[in-house]
Amino acid sequence: MQITITVNGQSQTDDVEPRLLLVHYLREWRDLRAANIGCDTTSCGACTVLLDGQSVKSCTVLAVQADGHAVQTVESLAADDGELHPVQQAFRQEHGLQCGFCTPGMIMATVGLLSENPAPTEREVREALEGNYCRCTGYHNIVRAVLAAADAGSDGADAEAAPGIGGRA
Amino acid sequence: MSILGTRVLRTEDPKFMTTGGVYTEDLVDERLTGAVYVTFARSPIAHARINGIDTSAVRDSDGVLAVFTAADVTDTATLRGMTRDINQEMTQTLLASDTVRYVGEPVAIVVTEQAYQGEDAADLIDVDYDPLPAVIDLHDAESDKTLLFPEAGSNTAVRYGPPQLDEHLFDDCEVVVSREIVNQRVAPAPMESRSAAAVWGEDGRLVAWIPNQGAQGTRAALAAMLKVSPDKVRIITPDVGGAFGAKFGADPEHALVAWTARRLGRPVRWSETRYENLMGMTHGRGQLQTVTIGGRRDGTVLAYRLEVLQDCGGYPRIGTLLPSLTLLMTPGTYAFAKVESAARSVVTTTTPMGAYRGAGRPEATAAVERAMDLFAAEIGMDPAEVRRRNLLPAFTEPRNNGFGALYDSGDYATALDRALEAAGYGRLRAEQVERRARGDVKALGIGIACYVEITGAGAESGDPHENATVEVHPDGSATILTGTSPHGQGHGTAWAMLASDELGIPVERITVRHGDTDLIPEGGGTGGSRSLQQGGAAVRQASQELLEVARDRAADELEVDARDLRFDVDRSAFTVAGVQQAAVSLADLAGKERLFVRAVFTAPGATFPFGAHVAVVEVDTETGKVELSRLIAVDDAGTILNPLLADGQRHGGIAQGAAQALLEEVVYDADGNPLTASFADYPFLSATEVPSFELVDMQTPTTYNPLGAKGIGEAGTIGATPAVQNAVVDAVSHLGVRHIDMPTSPQTVWRAIVSASEGNA
Amino acid sequence: MITSPFDFVTARSAEQAVALLGEYGDDAKLLAGGHSLLPMMKVRLAAPAVLVDIGGIDELAYVRLDGDDVAVGATTRHAAVATSAVLREQVPLLAHAAGLVGDPQVRHRGTIGGSLAHADPAADLPVALSALGGRVVVQGPAGRREIGADDFFQGYFTTALAEDELIVEVRLARRPGQGWGYEKFTRRANDWAIVAAATVGGRVSLANMGSQPVRALSTEQALASGSGARDAAALAAEGTRPGEDMHGDAEYRRHLARVLTRRALASAGVAD
Repeated sequence: MQITITVNGQSQTDDVEPRLLLVHYLREWRDLRAANIGCDTTSCGACTVLLDGQSVKSCTVLAVQADGHAVQTVESLAADDGELHPVQQAFRQEHGLQCGFCTPGMIMATVGLLSENPAPTEREVREALEGNYCRCTGYHNIVRAVLAAADAGSDGADAEAAPGIGGRA
Repeated sequence: MSILGTRVLRTEDPKFMTTGGVYTEDLVDERLTGAVYVTFARSPIAHARINGIDTSAVRDSDGVLAVFTAADVTDTATLRGMTRDINQEMTQTLLASDTVRYVGEPVAIVVTEQAYQGEDAADLIDVDYDPLPAVIDLHDAESDKTLLFPEAGSNTAVRYGPPQLDEHLFDDCEVVVSREIVNQRVAPAPMESRSAAAVWGEDGRLVAWIPNQGAQGTRAALAAMLKVSPDKVRIITPDVGGAFGAKFGADPEHALVAWTARRLGRPVRWSETRYENLMGMTHGRGQLQTVTIGGRRDGTVLAYRLEVLQDCGGYPRIGTLLPSLTLLMTPGTYAFAKVESAARSVVTTTTPMGAYRGAGRPEATAAVERAMDLFAAEIGMDPAEVRRRNLLPAFTEPRNNGFGALYDSGDYATALDRALEAAGYGRLRAEQVERRARGDVKALGIGIACYVEITGAGAESGDPHENATVEVHPDGSATILTGTSPHGQGHGTAWAMLASDELGIPVERITVRHGDTDLIPEGGGTGGSRSLQQGGAAVRQASQELLEVARDRAADELEVDARDLRFDVDRSAFTVAGVQQAAVSLADLAGKERLFVRAVFTAPGATFPFGAHVAVVEVDTETGKVELSRLIAVDDAGTILNPLLADGQRHGGIAQGAAQALLEEVVYDADGNPLTASFADYPFLSATEVPSFELVDMQTPTTYNPLGAKGIGEAGTIGATPAVQNAVVDAVSHLGVRHIDMPTSPQTVWRAIVSASEGNA
Repeated sequence: MITSPFDFVTARSAEQAVALLGEYGDDAKLLAGGHSLLPMMKVRLAAPAVLVDIGGIDELAYVRLDGDDVAVGATTRHAAVATSAVLREQVPLLAHAAGLVGDPQVRHRGTIGGSLAHADPAADLPVALSALGGRVVVQGPAGRREIGADDFFQGYFTTALAEDELIVEVRLARRPGQGWGYEKFTRRANDWAIVAAATVGGRVSLANMGSQPVRALSTEQALASGSGARDAAALAAEGTRPGEDMHGDAEYRRHLARVLTRRALASAGVAD
């Protein structure tokens, strides 16, 4: 069936099978392969993207359900000149990634979190990331990175750089 | 100033955070144009004879190009135990031929035009199974009541250790404690499941992209299964989404993907689901241990015995021989007078066992550290004090541990003292007393584990070694080729730091390449915490040798004696003493003639990192729920190259170690059906179950390599597991509990409390 | 993993959804957020031929005061329920329970109607509805009817909904300032409850202690006759028939039911 989805600001119309998962749509139809499939059971969050600004697991959303809606993926965060989004900067600075497989989903979950709660506590960060698994970091540096990104967003010096939905989209 | 030892951010990161890593499933490569998809039909039953397979319904399903069963796959190898001492009658064909021996064993291949079509079609394969009894319990397996391989005559695949145990081992002891403890089966569960893409070229050579821990080992395994010469196989390693020991070599599925590509003459791709991953990828640990410990009431341990019953799963793979590593490390950090150990590996109708972060050593540490607490509890002495009285004194010359391990250096008491001090051990014990006195529902537990482990152990062919090639380019950049195989560890940054330090080329201008067997034919890969101490040392050696080659060329260029040249690292150039203008850079020299050196670093032996972990838990005594509140770790892995990376390894290992103690377990029902075959059921650790970790620095350089480095990759899993388990037991010890098996799930802990209160401790 | 093939039709209103259900019969399933149905379809435990998408019916996504009730539209997502100022003030137990469903991503997609229709006995919203004595408004070819929580749940994943009916609204009595308690016991934060206890206004309901949310009637009677929390909670497992799995056998679940009920009652301000 025919669907029109705006991905990272670009609208496109495609004819898809109803059972096509959003994550496969993004990977195969839009060539955006950062989001990964880690579990098939809505558990691990490696496929997390923003749908109308809210974090969702794109392995449990049908592409046809996203018809008429806006999707944002990690590919949209960095500026055209390569400058990293504050959340990305924080993940690098705090070594919040190792093998990288969970990272696109983890970063988008973080962007979603900080848009809803710009100044979370460590406990709130851990609870907000309960649906994003990582096997490498023990979550230690991921939590540090999220807290650092929140700090960077709260200093107010650079409103443009404030983490949040569409900060650089 | 040298950048070695400083916190250098990873050069790898921007890609992973912007466009994402290119994992095997992400590959876009023109050689894979027109690729078709493999889906495996897998056994839904743990143990059965296959009477027949009807594939007729599948062939009519949409998009199906081919269906293959064992009857078609006749030109591949039969797999046997990796060493000759393993029963060689326990054989495996790549697809099950007459018998299936675990749920998830591949029985047929379905090839479709599109990936989605494969799942539709695989459902339609009709296999006529004649069920046989499942063998799940290890004592059942050892009884040989039901044989998995009748032709083998036994379920025992191999035994290690002395044939007879010393019946007088504990004769001199005032106190002897013995019990069976479980080191449960867990799933490595890397975030990226298994995957492959394969195509045969017109030259008759295979190109296969496979997530792995060492392309060269994967090439060897794949070539052996396909019965082709290794030089007919090129393995390319894409980005790898974690491995943890389970991506060494190659699995039957990888070979079958390559086989299908050859059979159809088309490129073929395969990526497994998480269900398949949790049933099909090797599991780890899986030991039933009997520890016996004896000594005097003054805290001196006189004798210790470890008996291991190892679960092999349905076919003998690496896990079958890992008890030999457990035995090697039997006495751990202690100076016990008498020690002995023996192991037996038995097959069961479950997923085959392989390596998992630590691979045999965590099991040894868990056993002896649990035994120390059992002994301490029996004589009523503080577990820290019992440890102090029995630790080996500090040593700087290699010493044999009595089981063939040559510990290079160690200072175990200092590690323990630092961990206890950082934890505030005395205050914690005081708080524990207070809580108990006021009958707090939340009991406080403090657990200690001392460990020594083995890293960078030798390959089959001689002393441990690794190669590296360093080349400087005319534009002033450099490339490093390494035989290691990073999948998150950050070799791209670390190896660049080592070369940069020697050659004066900025880290960002150095590219590290790995994982292409045509480019790098030899290499030992990444595993067993070997990479820095061998692969990193090779990079440094190659860089130094490159400077010597360059020095001679620079002397010719400048027409001076090589001895008058000085290498100015800041300028990445040779200068002539006393002549300011006379200089030639490495880039200039590379412009005249290719400038590269390949070096092989060989270590005198394995190294033995050590440390001590302290865990603090709170146990809800009404529900049995455990909360890990603190984890303090001293991990001495010699000189640290990049604390950012080293700490990251420690964090990840600690979390996995804690996860085994707290949560994770692969569970089968009595019929051999896996109950934890998805992430909805397998309790993968999430961010809410662990605190931030407290790392304490300790660096005792080894003399075995010029970097002074030992391995750090597995320390966390080795120290954290028994520390957390001991803490849980400690929390409820005042209620009479002496032991709780892992995982310390709420129900298990609650039952231990209830049982103790009924006097059945 | 991927579902079996199916046809996808979009309903723009409750009436249209009912008509589509009538048209396709038992070949059809309603899809709201999809976080109960799609995972089952991916493992092929469910394979409907037609999905009727009601997730886009905006007129069913609301939280509003309505007389003595708060009315929550069926396609209101868990995150909206959890953060609704009206619910947090008037029916805080429901908002709290919704905030514990799954993880943030799940709460952004899953809907209250979908969760109740799925009727997982271990889930948060069914037990909360049961404790609250809420009512489910359903619409079918003959119009709307209201079903009380006690009658709505009828067994494992089974409700009083007819095949051609859909949930359009959930109604809950306003209870500003009334004490309540919700104790969810899990191994990990994002797991389903091993057992959960919910209480408000003298009602006590348990999750995962049977094939559907179970009222702890003995406890309720004890409370009504003046027992303290401790004594009343000791009766919480009476009449329950908990299942057994690797997280807990029946004995452990009964024990948990008593402990959690006592803690929930304590939160609700019921004295020992």
